Amino acid sequence: MAHNWDFATILQNWPVLWVGIKGTVFIFVITAILGLGGGLIVGIARYSKSPFVSWPARAFVEVFRNTPVLVQIIWFYYAFPILTGIETDPFLAAVLGISLNTMAFSAEIYRAGIQSINRAQWEAGKAIGMNYNQTLRRIILPVAVKRVLPALTNRGIEVFKMSTLASVVGYVETLNQAKLISDLNFNPIESYTAVAVIFFVVLYPVVQGTYVLERMLRKGD
Amino acid sequence: MSEILRIENLHKSFGDLEVLKGIDLAVQAGETVVLLGSSGSGKSTMLRCLNFMETPTEGKIHLNGELIGTERGGRMRYREAELCALRARIGMVFQHFNLFPHMTVLENVMEGQVIVLGRGKPEAQDKAMAQLDRVGLAEKAAEYPARLSGGQKQRVAIARALAMDPEVMLFDEVTSALDPELVGEVLKTIRQLAEDGMTMLCVTHELGFAYHVANRVLFLHEGTILEQGEPQSILKAPATDRMSEFLEGHSLFKLPD
Ligand SMILES: Nc1ncnc2c1ncn2[C@@H]1O[C@H](COP(=O)(O)OP(=O)(O)O)[C@@H](O)[C@H]1O
Ligand SMILES: [Mg+2]
Repeated sequence: MAHNWDFATILQNWPVLWVGIKGTVFIFVITAILGLGGGLIVGIARYSKSPFVSWPARAFVEVFRNTPVLVQIIWFYYAFPILTGIETDPFLAAVLGISLNTMAFSAEIYRAGIQSINRAQWEAGKAIGMNYNQTLRRIILPVAVKRVLPALTNRGIEVFKMSTLASVVGYVETLNQAKLISDLNFNPIESYTAVAVIFFVVLYPVVQGTYVLERMLRKGD
Repeated sequence: MSEILRIENLHKSFGDLEVLKGIDLAVQAGETVVLLGSSGSGKSTMLRCLNFMETPTEGKIHLNGELIGTERGGRMRYREAELCALRARIGMVFQHFNLFPHMTVLENVMEGQVIVLGRGKPEAQDKAMAQLDRVGLAEKAAEYPARLSGGQKQRVAIARALAMDPEVMLFDEVTSALDPELVGEVLKTIRQLAEDGMTMLCVTHELGFAYHVANRVLFLHEGTILEQGEPQSILKAPATDRMSEFLEGHSLFKLPD
């Protein structure tokens, strides 16, 4: 099963791939911001003492944590418009699926971070007259978020990889463009290998960076 | 002398456990009151009810003549915003300092002033530096708490409370977590506050401090004030067996003859 590797066609089609890479980065940035930012809000709600706040947050987390992102994206693309009458497009469906899933996972990370802070810190804020929100924002979150930064970075890496799932509904990103090149040039081996290499080249340095970050945070504690 | 704090019939229960069983106390401006009592007698709970870290089950608390909360249907009701405003007027210092680890010493002392009192940064900084100077730590303003000794941390915590211009200060065993050689510097700071006329309630096991600094000593036992009086008399000649036993357990301190 010797294969004659021929990456020339890939290089010739580089502009096609480049469009896909830009699509990947774009959806990554949007879903990372929505997912990791929204997750903070859900995580805070999840921590709330009021069941009217914590319960819906918990339900949200369980629904989106226990269903596959791929299914969510397909569901938002095909089922959601029929059920609600609201039109979606590939981008919107993929953003919803990836962001909501990321919100659910990162909410649990934030909540764990908040819970890891000594109760005495809440007391210290309260004792100088701060209310719940002031103590949370000024005293608890800065330390909690710093503590879970490595876990959040890992989530971010997952989000980057999950972006390929958007190809299932035809959103133009790296994997989708590779498929296009492969269909036109009959070179699936080179095309999909190129996708894997691109992701590896981007993520490897990032992952190495997170190790450094973890070490720095451990020292700072 | 004017009355700063008045407590009437204070009760506090945690579930079925009644910890405070009716405490009455009036504290005059500038007075230093020391609370003694064995572990579990309710000293911390009493202090924590005074600034509403715990909500009393029953009873009334007056600060500077104002009743805290409103009475409705025979019960006291408290609004959270009112309690926050009240806590800003009462300083509390804890056994374990509880400084904010992500802020410098200066930021620790400015935080409440800026966020709670709404002071401008320059004013808050001036006040913070003045209070740090008062506790002898002005030169540590730029340090992070992790780099301070226990005694220094506790003095920063005192400065943080003082920067709010409190009407009363509450100290809950603030030297109990310190190495013995660091206790003195903190007690000296508190003693200086007493001499400056601050109104204070201190829970402590430092009988020497009680003897020399307190205007009044209360002995708490099973949620009631069993006896009280001037330190010179009550520490030398307690009226109850309970307090005698308690004092014998603290034989480290030799009362002056
Ligand atoms: N938040 C709480 N929940 C339940 N029980 C408590 C709580 N705080 C204090 N207690 C109980 O109240 C009693 C008095 O505690 P505390 O006021 O801390 O005593 P002290 O400070 O004199 O040692 C103890 O039995 C303690 O277990
Ligand atoms: Mg105690």
